[in-house]
Amino acid sequence: MAVNPELTGRTFPPTAPYLVGREKIREFSRAVFATNPINLDAAAAQAAGYADVVAPPTFAVVIQEGTLSQLLAEPDSGIELTRVVHGSQQFSYSRPIVAGDELTAQLSIDSVKTLGANAMVTAVSTITDATGAHVVTATSMLVVGGDN
Amino acid sequence: MAASPAHALASLTVGDEIATASYHLDRGNLVRYAGASGDFNAIHYRDDIAAEVGLPGVLAHGMLTMGLSVQPVVDWIGDPGRVFDYQVKFTRPVVVDPKTGAQVSVSAKVGAIDLEAQTARVDLTVTYDEATVLGKAQVQLSFS
Repeated sequence: MAVNPELTGRTFPPTAPYLVGREKIREFSRAVFATNPINLDAAAAQAAGYADVVAPPTFAVVIQEGTLSQLLAEPDSGIELTRVVHGSQQFSYSRPIVAGDELTAQLSIDSVKTLGANAMVTAVSTITDATGAHVVTATSMLVVGGDN
Repeated sequence: MAASPAHALASLTVGDEIATASYHLDRGNLVRYAGASGDFNAIHYRDDIAAEVGLPGVLAHGMLTMGLSVQPVVDWIGDPGRVFDYQVKFTRPVVVDPKTGAQVSVSAKVGAIDLEAQTARVDLTVTYDEATVLGKAQVQLSFS
């Protein structure tokens, strides 16, 4: 099954709100070798002017994950997880993620390009806070292998 | 508001190496990242499944490599909230041996300076087994 080119331009429903926990940020920080006190210690984060601990730059992938699940579950996508390779990733922030944020992500498919047997899918997840303000855009390019 | 940058933008020159670091990854680190991120793809912890799909071994999550590679820059600037853009291309997998693990090295150099916008682009060179594993790995820092 090939990737459906009609995915281009498709927008998915927003994900359920994700409440960012202090311990989740600490857990993620340890997993990516983050040692800055602003990632780990609420008092240090507050001394720097933040409401609570600040997430590492790649933490947004946890929120983005929900949108990529939507894409894989789309019946007509033609995308099977076992054929997917992560080609590139970008995070563009309006402000850092801090503990206490309630975040929602909305996926849209920017493009589907065919390159030989492979398809390159650019998936853009726009992440906003409880007020609707933009926090970060997470963009993934997925390389989907063709049939063997 | 954020912590004052630990270095002045005006003191930087394009090409300056601002940070280096080296990280040892073992299978435990992959399990920890799987749990923290929610990425439980079995190619990151099962040798048999990695072999089945034609991989040379269990791989580190690309997002783990991306996540740790920015940390020397965060430590240099002193505040994770000063990273406002971060992008990479995944060009080569990091194979994590069950016994000896994998060593990943990071070098961070100033790629561009914008005094008007008070930002700098830092370019990362990330290597494993004497070859680069990330392409166009760029971190944008705010100094304002």
